[in-house]
Amino acid sequence: MLKPADLAAIRAIITRAKRWDLFFSLLGILSLMVGVLTFTVLFVDMAIQGVPRLSMDFFTSFPSRRAEHAGILSAWVGTVLVMLVTALSAVPLGVAAGVYLEEYAPKNWITDIIEINISNLAGIPSIVYGLLALGLFVYYFGFGQSVLSAGLTLALLILPVIIVATREAIRAIPQSIHEGSYACGATTWQTVSDHILPYSSAGILTGVIIGMARAIGETAPIITIGALTFIAFLPTAPFSGDPPAGLFDWIFAPFTVMPIQMFNWTSRPEAAFSINAAAAGFVLVFMTLAMNGLAIYVRYRLRKNIKW
Amino acid sequence: MKSLKIAAVVASVFAATAAYAQALIKIDGSSTVFPVTEAVAEDFQKAKKGSVRVTVGISGTGGGFKKFCRGETDISDASRPILKKEMEDCAKAGIKYVELPVAFDALTVVVNPKNSFINQLTVAELKKMWEPAAQGKILKWKDVNPAWPDAPLKLFGPGADSGTFDYFTEAINGKSKSSRGDFTASEDDNVLVQGVSRDNNALGFFGFAYYDENKGKLKAVQIVNPKGKAVTPSIDAVMAGEYEPLARPIFIYVSAKSMDKPEVREFVEFYLKEGGKLAKEVKYVPLGAADYKHALDNFSKKKTGTAFGGEAEVGVKVSDLLKRNPKE
Repeated sequence: MLKPADLAAIRAIITRAKRWDLFFSLLGILSLMVGVLTFTVLFVDMAIQGVPRLSMDFFTSFPSRRAEHAGILSAWVGTVLVMLVTALSAVPLGVAAGVYLEEYAPKNWITDIIEINISNLAGIPSIVYGLLALGLFVYYFGFGQSVLSAGLTLALLILPVIIVATREAIRAIPQSIHEGSYACGATTWQTVSDHILPYSSAGILTGVIIGMARAIGETAPIITIGALTFIAFLPTAPFSGDPPAGLFDWIFAPFTVMPIQMFNWTSRPEAAFSINAAAAGFVLVFMTLAMNGLAIYVRYRLRKNIKW
Repeated sequence: MKSLKIAAVVASVFAATAAYAQALIKIDGSSTVFPVTEAVAEDFQKAKKGSVRVTVGISGTGGGFKKFCRGETDISDASRPILKKEMEDCAKAGIKYVELPVAFDALTVVVNPKNSFINQLTVAELKKMWEPAAQGKILKWKDVNPAWPDAPLKLFGPGADSGTFDYFTEAINGKSKSSRGDFTASEDDNVLVQGVSRDNNALGFFGFAYYDENKGKLKAVQIVNPKGKAVTPSIDAVMAGEYEPLARPIFIYVSAKSMDKPEVREFVEFYLKEGGKLAKEVKYVPLGAADYKHALDNFSKKKTGTAFGGEAEVGVKVSDLLKRNPKE
């Protein structure tokens, strides 16, 4: 039988524990707010400066020495094309590597070393990738200062992110699905293509988007491989021009990207250019958000189809 | 079968690229020269109605020469003359070039508008502030001149990678890159503008365009020229040759090989004809009309080499430069 005194002691312990709960939840909210508020302040500040500058002309004009006529046409087209090359090369490579490591690779020390290295690769400063790409893609393979070189550089940069995300997504699939598939006599490839890939695609997609969102804002490696600052023309569209361009000619075209355009504008003496930079920054953040939004939507659709 | 098809596509991609060539002029180099070259490139492309493409990068004067001497660019923007090492690189690769001055930049020394005791400075006073020996010793304004107040001296200047820093140290301290290290350095001139405008005891230097855009926040210091006259930095003073020794010519280097391309010739001629007007528009100082004509003449005669011989020089007249026999 509990004495009232014991009861009071227990209640005191519970209150103390609850106080810690409250304390930690406040601390958590505070930590969250540091990030969210900083972003909000920066974003709102940029929006206030930049949004009035946004107009159709801003998207359809080339850069110019006159701030009010300058636009981001070559920059946003460049960014879209570079991202396209990045996605087309990094996603197949990253997913294949992740699937191999999870499903095929023998568990031995070589695999361990590879795994450690992949995690380390994610932490390498992006400028190092830029220098590597300058030697490898630009000079050795002779791709030049082109959309292709830039896309492949950023692909290298985000490859570790995609590999790690793929592996995490695969590990989240219940072991019973694996074993069920093998028990029915399926080969590893059949298991992977019929079960592993469809079920993990939502998680893989998240990793891809995180990687792409990082790549879209990168400046250092792109400057290293020689992206341009003033470029008042677009890569020739396939089968247009005279003589007609080939289907893939655009990948060898010189280019610029959004962050470089912004960087150049912020270093100009005229104040009007920093308004342009804010507007370009707003568009860039919006592009990233749109990409994330698309990913969330696709993930939702994919999840709906999975029934375990 | 499938792999054959892929191979065919890949082959056609490369073949098409080789065959496909639209007139393209590649320019890279100094970010100081960039605004002028950008303005010229913009108007040139408009005048040609898009039949010629021009690209301009900002790898810096040194980075620009590296690409130039590898034969990757047609024209290199430079905020200082080509150096010995770069001349050797170019010679090794068989790249000859024509050196053309295109405008002046006036390095402007600024203080905070609340600073009432500084209106003019001599080179000797600037040297006392900036020379390597000043490091850790000249920390207050009164250390430079006892008549000045006992207030901390806060110095702002561009980083050691910039041509502006090279020229200022050459002109003031007598040796390129020789300077005290304990000052606030930034590659972004807007940071220097902010720094000087917020600190009553600050002194800084950068290109004229940055001062001109921020006149309300900064006070330009008159510089006493070798003739003993204190001169306010302005486009007119530089054109009259009075703003010495801080006015410096900026250059473009045109590859002799690229001069065989008609579009490059046309572009450079356009640059030397319209460059003066456009330079003024982006707050740089144009050369005299006779100098542009002389430069055009040197260009059409294909006078290759540099008038400097790989050494930095301060206070040379552009008209004299253009008369020199360039060395390779």
